[in-house]
Amino acid sequence: MGGRLLNYIIRRVFQSVLVLLVVGLVAFSMFRFVGDPVDNMLGQERTDADIERLRAVLGLDQPFPVQYWKFLQGAIDGNFGVSYRQGRPVSEIIVERLPATLELAMVSGFLAIMVGIILGVYTAIRRDGWGSNVIMTVSLIGVSLPTFLIGILLIYLFSVELDLLPSFGRGEVTHLGWWSTGLLTASGLKAIILPAITLGLYQMTLIMRLVRAEMLEVLRQDYVRFARARGLSERVVNFRHALKNTLVPVITVTGLQLGSIIAFAIITETVFQWPGVGLLFINAIQFVDIPVMAAYLMLISVMFVGINLAVDLLYVAIDPRLRGEAS
Amino acid sequence: MIRMQVWWQSDVMWSFRHSPVALGSFIVVAVLLLGAVFAPLIAPHDPFNPATLNLMNGFTAPGAPNAFTGETFILGTDDQGRDVFSTILYGMRISLFVGFAAVALGMLIGITAGLVAGYRGGWTETIIMRVADVQLTFPAILVAMLIFGIAKGFTPVEYRNEMAIWVLIIAIGLSDWVQFARVVRGATLVEKQKEYVQAAQLIGRSGFAIMLRHILPNVMSPVLVIATISLALAIIAEATLSFLGVGAPPTQPSLGTLIRIGQGFLFSGEWWILFFPACTLLALALSVNLLGDWLRDALNPKLR
Repeated sequence: MGGRLLNYIIRRVFQSVLVLLVVGLVAFSMFRFVGDPVDNMLGQERTDADIERLRAVLGLDQPFPVQYWKFLQGAIDGNFGVSYRQGRPVSEIIVERLPATLELAMVSGFLAIMVGIILGVYTAIRRDGWGSNVIMTVSLIGVSLPTFLIGILLIYLFSVELDLLPSFGRGEVTHLGWWSTGLLTASGLKAIILPAITLGLYQMTLIMRLVRAEMLEVLRQDYVRFARARGLSERVVNFRHALKNTLVPVITVTGLQLGSIIAFAIITETVFQWPGVGLLFINAIQFVDIPVMAAYLMLISVMFVGINLAVDLLYVAIDPRLRGEAS
Repeated sequence: MIRMQVWWQSDVMWSFRHSPVALGSFIVVAVLLLGAVFAPLIAPHDPFNPATLNLMNGFTAPGAPNAFTGETFILGTDDQGRDVFSTILYGMRISLFVGFAAVALGMLIGITAGLVAGYRGGWTETIIMRVADVQLTFPAILVAMLIFGIAKGFTPVEYRNEMAIWVLIIAIGLSDWVQFARVVRGATLVEKQKEYVQAAQLIGRSGFAIMLRHILPNVMSPVLVIATISLALAIIAEATLSFLGVGAPPTQPSLGTLIRIGQGFLFSGEWWILFFPACTLLALALSVNLLGDWLRDALNPKLR
């Protein structure tokens, strides 16, 4: 570990914190300047003394930087105030909604990786087969369709026409402590299929194309030809030698896509009325529920900045060439 | 006349005339665009004038005469008896207006930022490109949603519906300036080294004039390609936001709003209320996208 590597890490961490501070400033300005918080809290029959007292209690009489600092402290403790619409603490609502989104994101991510790798390998090995051509064409159409239309199409096919799967909600959920899961009941499992496909389709296509391209590249290499010459079976050559070497880029891309999955969950959750944080956010925008919007903004920024930082640092850890350059 | 001939025989036009995909998508875009511009003349009904609506006409199937009034609608009607064909024409007006305006805004911000960053360099460049990098880590649609939410919060309650379209344009425009800025900066860095720029500097032209009159015309072709592809993305983004109910207000329904309304009738069998707006959106987005792809290849012969 050279000094320059350490320097790079410190710079990246510093940059991430700076981004979060700016996002926090935006969130705080929303609180402070959208409508009058005192107006929102006090009823019709208020006196000037009431207003002054509440302003002091909320700290609104203090200078702007002090208020911002207090807001940040609250945010770190997970205190974002009370939802204007539901009248409950925002942190409570988010904790209640988060499992639904994370479960959906994990299932669709898993689906995207598994199906994406399988189809990618298949289309690379059977390069000119008609099956590959069909898969590649369908994937092209899948990418150009907007997410919400894919969701509607699936609902039309599987809920309206075939009447096989539910078109909205999470089904029956089981509570394990504060976590609620839909993966332990039959109706919950049935309910997650369509949203997970809708959400994962784009990432699946991406992974498939990446695996296919990498496989085609690797299969041309000498060591693969040599493995064939040694008389190893096709299966061993394709999976042991070729696939293994395609996985590093796949892992990085998937890591970076994690954030997109959570962002696009907003659309999927709305189409399927899935009770997660994405749907909560859309409803918050519709009703201008500032505390919920601010909390979601902070939550998603922490996730994005965290994921990007982690991927950047992992890159340095995995790829020795980068390490050599940095040190 | 001669100018027309030169233009018609230029490489780009030659490639256009010989590309069936480009011709086909141009025709689709042109027809849709004309339909949107001349909607008040073409549309058989005015979907926003309640006086012309007849609730008895509700849920008329496409092409079939209504059971009560005997009127026929080529693409059917929705629950309120509004002609779907007319609502699509008016909806396209909103979708295309938001799309073009958002791209124009993104382009204006992006080109300015890119030119300044590339030409001035130094800390100006560092700050602009850092902001661009940070924004690029967030998906554009999420950025647009966040900006829409924040701007909506700052708009006084009584203006929220009126201002929604403008807020939408600002949100989508601010979410896609980064592509323009990156490309323009890259091209500016190359152009800056060339002799014509040095010559302009020597005769004492201001930095502003050099950026605007000398460098900008030479970096326009990649900008044009990105603008076309951005237009397709902006149309989809607008449709997505309106579909989610955080875009165009109910009084000015865009294609996305129409799809949102149509989804409600999916289970009761009135498929046409959803199907035709969805097809229009796809045709529009897909052909603009194909035009963009063609333009990229045509302006960049090295890629072929």
